[in-house]
Amino acid sequence: MEALKQELKEKIIDILNLEDIKLEEINDNDPLFGDGLGLDSIDALELIVMLDKDYGIKLVDPKEGKTIFQSIETMAAYIKENRTK
Amino acid sequence: MLDNKTYIQSFCTIQNNEIILDGASIFKLEPTTFLDFSKKAYQYFEINYSKFFKMDNLSKLAFLGAELLLENEINNTKENNIALVFANKSSSLDTDVKYQNSISDAENYFPSPAVFVYTLPNICLGEISIRHQLKSENSFFIFDAFNSAFMTNYAKVLLDSNKADKVLCGWVEYFDEEYKAFLYLVGREGNLEHKIETVLTEYNK
Amino acid sequence: MTKEVYITETNCITPIGFDVATNIKNIIGSVSGIQLHQNTDLMKMPFYASIINDEAINSAFAKITSAENNTRLEKMMILALQPIVEKSKLDERTGFILSTTKGNITALKNPSSDNFQKAHLGQLAKNIADFFGFTTEPIVVSNACVSGILAVSVAKRLIQAGMFDNIFIVAGDEVSEFVLSGFNSFQAMSDSPCRPYSKNRNGVTLGEATAAVLVSSNKKNAKIKIIGDGSINDANHISGPSRTGEGLFRSIESALTEAKINANQIDYISAHGTATSFNDEMEAIAFNRLGLENIPVNSLKGFYGHTLGASGLLETVIGIESVLESKLFASLGFDEIGVSQSINIINKNEDKEMNYFLKTASGFGGCNTAVLFEKVK
Repeated sequence: MEALKQELKEKIIDILNLEDIKLEEINDNDPLFGDGLGLDSIDALELIVMLDKDYGIKLVDPKEGKTIFQSIETMAAYIKENRTK
Repeated sequence: MLDNKTYIQSFCTIQNNEIILDGASIFKLEPTTFLDFSKKAYQYFEINYSKFFKMDNLSKLAFLGAELLLENEINNTKENNIALVFANKSSSLDTDVKYQNSISDAENYFPSPAVFVYTLPNICLGEISIRHQLKSENSFFIFDAFNSAFMTNYAKVLLDSNKADKVLCGWVEYFDEEYKAFLYLVGREGNLEHKIETVLTEYNK
Repeated sequence: MTKEVYITETNCITPIGFDVATNIKNIIGSVSGIQLHQNTDLMKMPFYASIINDEAINSAFAKITSAENNTRLEKMMILALQPIVEKSKLDERTGFILSTTKGNITALKNPSSDNFQKAHLGQLAKNIADFFGFTTEPIVVSNACVSGILAVSVAKRLIQAGMFDNIFIVAGDEVSEFVLSGFNSFQAMSDSPCRPYSKNRNGVTLGEATAAVLVSSNKKNAKIKIIGDGSINDANHISGPSRTGEGLFRSIESALTEAKINANQIDYISAHGTATSFNDEMEAIAFNRLGLENIPVNSLKGFYGHTLGASGLLETVIGIESVLESKLFASLGFDEIGVSQSINIINKNEDKEMNYFLKTASGFGGCNTAVLFEKVK
């Protein structure tokens, strides 16, 4: 799962245009939204697209995103469990 | 009779990899992409606003011009009633084409919300408003070419009716690496009288 | 002394009528333009939307002209404008404003430099202006979903600036794959006809329409007077509205100050009511902050869906009829109140004498517009 977490950190920086953030600065358990990385509602929607596009996971209820995207750790765990790609 | 004359207080042009403020060139690069030019300008002027990198090209262009003109204008201790009146020819077409590309291939169909949100030209006004906390009059117009008669009349009406204390007027055109931004701040004091001909002359310099 | 400005002519082209009278008849009869559509050119899955019948557009258009090269949206716009332009002489004191968010965006489906040109909003305006023979430079208002009502405000301001005496406005947008997919990516589309202000609302239903008005300094035959306006940004977020409704609050306040009336004098509010969770909640908060919580309010999105660049003007046209006929129309689609602060949603059609009516709209980019109207005595 380490490789997946690393991959997710790279993807997030790229997809969400986090130009100022370095890979090393993102900790596995840091909150992604709110105070942590400061992602917003549009970022959450983009992550939902990423789940589908890169991992073949279609979120039935977008509200699930809140728990899935809490941190890199929770994202990686969810993807490992549900990926079809 | 009250003097309701208005004045151009400062102006800025961004085109051909160069930024000119009040007639002086303050930043210039060898020909490069707008992505590169805008990033280097952001770094050079030490802007420090990470949301910049989420913006589309039109918003980056408008944001940079507004940043330089408003830097010394904004009073952080009180509200700044600076209206935003912007226009261009291509609307958000540069981003529209990018968004269309993300939905054109049925096999690779992944509409992007982060791209879609920028498929409206007035979003750049929202970005400027958020950055400078301008809870003010905002409107975006489309013309085939810079329409100084309209801009001058509309800015004057906002000032004369006290709907704004100042007006930041802007022509921000961007399409496929071709861009020109001409922004100017209009207020009740200053040296350069705000008239249709004056505005057009400065635009054409 | 500031000039007085009026709306003297109105018209609209919608799925529930190609003139104002037919639209009003259907609104009173609770007939909605929203239906379930299955059109894989627009969306893979079936979807609810309010869409105008192509044959109806083409046959109505053929009745007024033999012109062949206009796009579908242009035909809709020309049909809306035609009955009110044909009564007037167009000169250099006559302005022309076109309001749209995406215009001929469907031209982008086949990318080419010709089609990029076709997609330019200035080109759209020129095509409409040339059809009728407007002699002044067209002005396009493209400011997200407030465009239609902002155009009314802009027209009033330009007439008061002395730039024009009369200004024709046409507003329109189409339901397109471009916009459907975009709203879908925002998870903002309802899976059933939209329910403004309701507890179980879950998003917008898109729609298409065109509307046209004549704004004039000439009081003769005036339908209503434009007495105040405001278009103030939230300065909060580019896609979500301010939680305190700050921009809408200030826009309405600006209009009230200009009109020199108090909030409690407003008789009816035609609000934006898109049926997203955030928009409707924001409006309820803004209205309460102004003490407007008891003023009868409706959203017309239950009849027309969200018609984007047309919505502000179309809903104003219907609002004017409300005032002229002294009738409040029920907010179709509303069932159980679902906003945190109470507002007075019009539940069924009723009679009411009205003097002052407020039209509001909000849109992407944090924009808001409020315009106050007064019945002409």
